[in-house]
Formats: sequence, structure tokens, C-alpha cells
Amino acid sequence: MTARRYLIPGLIAAALLAIFAACLLGSTPLPAGRVLAALFGGADAGDRLVVWQIRLPRALAAFVTGAALGISGAALQGLLRNPLAEPGVLGVSASASLFATVSIYYGLVALSPWVLPLSAILGALAATALIALAAIRTNSVVTLILIGVGISSFTGAAMSLLMNLAPNPFTLSDMINWMLGSVANRSFVEIGFAAPFLIAGAAVLLVSRRGLSALTLGEEAASGVGLDLRRQRILTVLGAGLATGGAVALAGAIGFVGIMAPHIVRPFVKHDPARSLIPSALLAGLILVLADIGVRILPTVNELKLGVVAALVGAPAFVWIAMRRRTLNG
Amino acid sequence: MVELITRDLTVKTGDTVLVHGADLRLAPGELVALLGPNGAGKTSLLRTALGLERRTGGMASLDGTDTARLSPMQRARLVAYLPQQRLLAWPSMVRDVVALGRYAYGAAPGRLSAADAAAVDAAIAQCDLAALAERDTDTLSGGELARVHCARAFASETPLLIADEPVAALDPRHQFRVMDIVRQFVAKGGGALVVLHDIALAARYASRMVWMQEGRIIADGPPEETLTEQRLAEVYGVRARVDGAVVEIEGAL
Repeated sequence: MTARRYLIPGLIAAALLAIFAACLLGSTPLPAGRVLAALFGGADAGDRLVVWQIRLPRALAAFVTGAALGISGAALQGLLRNPLAEPGVLGVSASASLFATVSIYYGLVALSPWVLPLSAILGALAATALIALAAIRTNSVVTLILIGVGISSFTGAAMSLLMNLAPNPFTLSDMINWMLGSVANRSFVEIGFAAPFLIAGAAVLLVSRRGLSALTLGEEAASGVGLDLRRQRILTVLGAGLATGGAVALAGAIGFVGIMAPHIVRPFVKHDPARSLIPSALLAGLILVLADIGVRILPTVNELKLGVVAALVGAPAFVWIAMRRRTLNG
Repeated sequence: MVELITRDLTVKTGDTVLVHGADLRLAPGELVALLGPNGAGKTSLLRTALGLERRTGGMASLDGTDTARLSPMQRARLVAYLPQQRLLAWPSMVRDVVALGRYAYGAAPGRLSAADAAAVDAAIAQCDLAALAERDTDTLSGGELARVHCARAFASETPLLIADEPVAALDPRHQFRVMDIVRQFVAKGGGALVVLHDIALAARYASRMVWMQEGRIIADGPPEETLTEQRLAEVYGVRARVDGAVVEIEGAL
């Protein structure tokens, strides 16, 4: 009971603390006093620049990316009634980053700063809609995951094709950034362009979350207790597509956070999908902020990509969850 | 009085006729057993009657309104539906599952109004689940889980209840307990339609028996009129001895 009551405030506090820590650490460590001064408009111009232009936007980008993936993962798991559903596993992130890459490759991004987030969202919606359509035809979650694997493989192949044809090394490194996922060098401008989609997606998911609880009963009984199944599918797909697309537009494809966070949160919310959305978002944001701090302070030759670290930790977690899972609905 | 009525209801998928011109009526105060072998069209009839599935012809109405026009919420306030498929996706707490029966009233687990909470408590008491209310559903036996589903249906406080094989896979004691709970619901003025495969159980509890065979309703009436040795042979292909409401099945024909 108490653990549940303190879950959300605790996660908010931890996330704030982690974002603050992210401002302290880096190539020139700043003491807490100078960071605080810089945050509240004091300190010298150099400190303000480091905090406001580099570290804070980067930490915030990591947080909102994680939060968007966490809430999408929790909502998709509720809709598909499976703990293994997640934007990364279902190929939604990969599809979003493919669409984003295409828009970069063909120079469409030069037209307007909105092109990139919009194409990522289009990619995310295409994949989510495909999975939701398949979910109408089959009750087997294994089938859905396999469709996701298929989407991932296809987008991977299309991505390789684009890389194969890349006209110059700059385009190539741009694409690799998208595939691997990173929040390095993000500014408030980029966060601003992703924000409307992230906010809209999260809002749609939160407004429609009650139906996810009803889906605990299975689709037939859920419509028996008064759930409009079609509407629920559309809203969850739309919300998850917007949020995931926004996250990919900001940071590229980062997998598995959307699986880990809801899995940890679920026991604290009595396995109610609706009540898992907000804590999952907060926890996933926290995980990515911490992972990004790790990426920055690890003494590697090249800075590791955030998405690589997330997958290195998340993929084994996925296998573990899959192995422990008792077969409930195929 | 809220009634579920179908007239000449027909359901087809492709060229296969699943339900053929079915006339069915369910009113408060009666416990109707819907009987028939596997594939007779019982589930299709119920689903289309409720408007959960599209019908090919005929009509179905609930409380005077065409069920195809009812919103899921409106329907859920008139009739509680327990489908055959009763898997729970998550190991939720018993009380939270029962609370889902209040979905049509705008409630959600952990967010119940005073009226919702009262209905949930009453349903839990009615199904004798008070001791299990705080347990996770993955720790329950099949019989206990069947009662949880009944409680979920009763929490909706609907005048009608439709249950598709509510006692499937239960031991005899739990079959009787679930049927007793349904009978209590009827005694309090509810109307229940229950799909059963256990003919003896149906004969003991039902006030009316509806017999289906190959998509058609072939008989509809009280057990003393419709439950005959000849009908059991015709519908189920079994040799049976019927004495009043006591049925003894001796073997396949």
C-alpha cells in the first residue's frame, strides 16, 4: 500500500535528481553550487552555456524520450495484453527511424523542421496500425511479436539498402545515429519540435487508459462490460504512434526501455495497465537519463550510443521476461 | 421490464449458416438454459443477439432498442455477458477484476464511486468471495476464478445475465455453487440465460430450456415439456432415461 502511494512521487524525485546529476557530470565536472546558480540565472556565462545549452537539454531529451517509450510500451502491453509488447520489439521504433532516415536521405528535412518528426511519426503509425490490424485477426501474441520481428527485419533491410546507397560518409554517419539512437548534442529547439507530438501522444494514451484495464478480461468480455474495442484500438495505436514517433524524431531508435519500465512498475500497481502508464513513463525516463550519464562518463574512445547501451541491458531483460512468462494467452 | 428479444435472427459466414431464423426471448425472473451440441450455433446466437457480432438477417432488441444500435456502454448496463473465453491477461487482484464490471458506469479499478464500491462489495458477498477479495487471481483455483467472473458480471447490476458455459471445467461442487449463485440472481428478479452442456444440471436449475441443433432452435419450453428421451437422442445422439427432471445418460447412439 505504502509502496504504491510513494511510487509516483518517488519516481519524480529520482528523475529530477538524475537530471540534476546529469548537469553536474561531464568532461568538466561542475560542483552542485555552480549548477544551481547556472540553472537559476546566476553563475558566469560559461557555466550557463554548459548547463543550459549542453547538459540540461541532453538530459531532458533523454528523459522525454524514455518517458514516451515507457508510456507507449505500457499502453501497447495493455492493448495486446502481453508484457513483451513494446515499440522496439514490435518494430515501431525501427519503422519510425526508417521513415526519418528516408526523409534525411532525400533531403526532405531541408524543407521544414517539422518534416523529420512528422516522417518519424508516420513510420511509427504505419507499424502500430499494421500490428493493431493483425491483432484483430489473431489472438496469438506470438504471432504479433513475429509480425513485429518481420517489420523490424524489413526496416533493417531497407535501412541497410539506404546505407549501401549513401552518397557520402556524412549521410552514412547521420543514418547510423538514427539506427543506434542517441541524445548527444540535442538542444531545446529539437525538443521543442518533438514536444507537441510527445504531449499529444501521451494525452491520448492517458485519456483512453481506462479501457486498457477492461482489456484485462480479454477482448470479448471487455466489450461486454462496455468497452468500445475499435475506438480503444485506434486511440492506443494513435497515442503510441505519436509518442514513439516523437521519441524517435528526437533520439533515434532506442529499444527495450518500454519493456523494462512497465515490467518493474506492474507489481506496484497491482498489474493494472491503466495505472501503470504514468509510473512507467517516469521510470523509463529515469532509466534513460541514468544510461545517458553512464554513456557520457564511461571512458570509451568513441562515446557509446545510448540506444546501444539500452539494448545491451534491455535485450537480456527481454529474454528473461519471456522465459519467466507463463503462457496465459498463447 | 428489460427483455432481450430476437426474431428470425440469422447469421452467416460465407456460405455457412451459423444461426437460422432464431426466435429467442429472455425476461427477468426466468433462468433459461441454452442447450445443444458443439457447433449448434449457441455462441453465435448469443453474440449476435447482444450486438457483439454482425447479424445477417432478422432482428434483435434489448429493452426495445435494436442491439446493433446500442453503444457498448448502454448494452453493458442492461445485460452482463460472461463469454466462454475467460482468461485474464494479468494477475490482477480479485477486487479489481470485479470492479471492471463497473466499467460502463465510468469506474476503473482503484477509482470507484460510493455506488460502484457498494455494488462491488455486494457482488463479492453474493459470490462468497470476501475472503479472497485481496488475493491475486493467479493464485486462485478454477472454481474460485469462475466465481470471480460471476461477481464481475453481478457488479454491473444489470437486469439480465448471459453466461456462455459458466460451469465448463468445474468440479461438480463448484458447478452447483455457480448455478446456485445464478439462481439467487434470478430469485432477486434478474433474468439469466446460461449455455450448459450438463443436461442434468440444466434440468435441475432451468425454468425454461432452449434446444438448438444445426443453427436452429428446435424446441423452447419448460423442462417437463421439452426434456424427453427422444429429444436427447435427436439433438445429442445419446441414449438416455428421463424421469421428470432426472436425466440419466446411458451412452452414445
